[in-house]
Amino acid sequence: MKDFFAHWMTQNFLVLAGIALIAWILWSGAHHERWQRAWVRLRADRGGMIALWVVGIYLFIGALELIHLPNGKGGHESILDAVFAKHVALEKTYSAPLSDTVLSSASGEKLKGTHLLGTDTLGKDVLVETLKGCSTALVLGGLTSVIYIPLGTLMGILAGYFRRWVDDLVQYVYTTIASVPSILLLISLMMVLGKGLFQMSVAIAFTSWVGLCRLIRGETMRQSERSYVAAAKALGQTSGAIMSRHLLPNVMHLVLINFVLGFSGVILAEAVLSYLGVGSPVGTASWGNMIDGGRSELSRDPLIWWNLTSATVALFGLVLSLNVLGDSLRRAFDPKRG
Amino acid sequence: MLNYIIRRLLYAVPILFGVMILTFVLFRGLQSAQFIASQAVGAKAPQAAKEEFIKKEGLDKPLPQQLARFVGRTMQFEFGESWKSKRDVGEIFTQGVGPTLLITIPGFIAGTIAALGLALYQVFVRNSLADRSITLVCVAMMSIPTVVYIIFFQAVVALQLNYFPASGFEWRGLETAKFVVLPILIMAIVNLGYDGRMFRAVFLEEVQQDYVRTAMAKGVPGAVVLAKHVLKNGLIALITLVVGRLPSLIMGSLLIESFFGIPGMGNVLVLAIQQGDQPVVMASVYLGALLYIFALTLTDILYAAADPRIRLS
Repeated sequence: MKDFFAHWMTQNFLVLAGIALIAWILWSGAHHERWQRAWVRLRADRGGMIALWVVGIYLFIGALELIHLPNGKGGHESILDAVFAKHVALEKTYSAPLSDTVLSSASGEKLKGTHLLGTDTLGKDVLVETLKGCSTALVLGGLTSVIYIPLGTLMGILAGYFRRWVDDLVQYVYTTIASVPSILLLISLMMVLGKGLFQMSVAIAFTSWVGLCRLIRGETMRQSERSYVAAAKALGQTSGAIMSRHLLPNVMHLVLINFVLGFSGVILAEAVLSYLGVGSPVGTASWGNMIDGGRSELSRDPLIWWNLTSATVALFGLVLSLNVLGDSLRRAFDPKRG
Repeated sequence: MLNYIIRRLLYAVPILFGVMILTFVLFRGLQSAQFIASQAVGAKAPQAAKEEFIKKEGLDKPLPQQLARFVGRTMQFEFGESWKSKRDVGEIFTQGVGPTLLITIPGFIAGTIAALGLALYQVFVRNSLADRSITLVCVAMMSIPTVVYIIFFQAVVALQLNYFPASGFEWRGLETAKFVVLPILIMAIVNLGYDGRMFRAVFLEEVQQDYVRTAMAKGVPGAVVLAKHVLKNGLIALITLVVGRLPSLIMGSLLIESFFGIPGMGNVLVLAIQQGDQPVVMASVYLGALLYIFALTLTDILYAAADPRIRLS
């Protein structure tokens, strides 16, 4: 089973499935009048469109690292490795950006190649590591979303539609989870589950579904009062059909906005957890690990800033774009509330 | 009123039980007794030591019995002793509260005042270029991990410019201040983006109310309307913010304290996390939730005291 998930074909399949899922959500939304109007508004929002393009570029870079192809020698390698990373030399240790000597070596030892953003303590090229960090962030955000979005949406709709004891139960569960400060709950989960990307996704998802559920529950309650739900009931539609065919499409825009904003939260959470030593496993090319590693380098002389700066800028670019895009989407779907 | 208070307190009880069950399932249900023992006494310790630990903690008993014992002890604030330092967890926490409050309270007050001022100014010049730019800056501030703020201040202000000590803490009367200025500053800045945006949304909603239009129509200057009416109504949102932050004000800021070597609650926790000291973490989960539920219940009661309609619903 483990081999199956580690196989590169399976990984490719999962990546493509993820892309297909996003495409399906957008495509099914495209028939909805509300989504069409929102899209027109988003097109007119310059900041939102720039953010959308930036997110698209990150997705593209992440996909380059995630999709593996056979390398002709019986093995396989990612597209990023094949066209770029493979040709970058591995140095002995730190070197400054665009420098041609190893850092603080007395004899002025020459480097094997030039490195636009320098190299880290193990001599790895910082640019390559930063680009690979993209895929880690996307895998983490994607996995987390795959877990918490269906859970939160389902619970929210069930509680908002059936009310009574279903609502009481769902409310009880999420009030309990929400009353533990989320960082403490995250840490506890990571301590028990152990380090790892999948474990981190489960932990973050466990704390994230609450917010979405609360939002969807409220909106479902509002929508249930509307006459189209009463009409569907009068026509004898089953509860399942009303929830999936009528209520779900009408709360789906909240899911989309929450997905975009939640993604940025996941990336920030990774940075905190990695610092605390319960996040990404050592050796994973993740921005959180790079920032954590950069922390100890700042007190050295000469100052080693490129490692930390590259990871921070890359992380900041993605999180800022996601936040801006999320705000633009919210305005596009609900112009009155702005 | 008494009726409402009792009802509200009774509502908090099952949630507190829920938190205890959640903590128990996480730390006792999901981990085997052998695993817990090897975490507590060390993986290389002899099997006899592990067996002794399991006996002492009652980990060999059936789960419901363990749960009952855990709930009973937790309700009396008995959290056992730390696995690493062997000191009583309650005692460790009481020592940490002082330094933590010294940082979190001033940091929270400074940050909130800054956010309130920023939001009021934004509402005053709403939909202008200045308003939009500040909003963008706030979003940008939200997009930077806390770790990076701390690293920046520590590396640039403390290490490069040598204005403040980069870490350490001592009770030395007024001189204590030099150890806490930087942490307080960071504490105030970290949440500025988020709080500023929240207050702006609250004030914006308030500005669109009829009474504001009436005041304006009567010829009251805009700044006076903002300061007298809008700010006052916006302060209700402040209560919600305080409630949400209360646990972290007392439990401390994990990252800031550990970076600056402040011996507060946050630092204790970070150390416990890195050493896998589970009793300390378990206690913090329960205490954090308890503080939150307490604050929430208290606000609800205060609201009810102010507004009779809530009491009767």
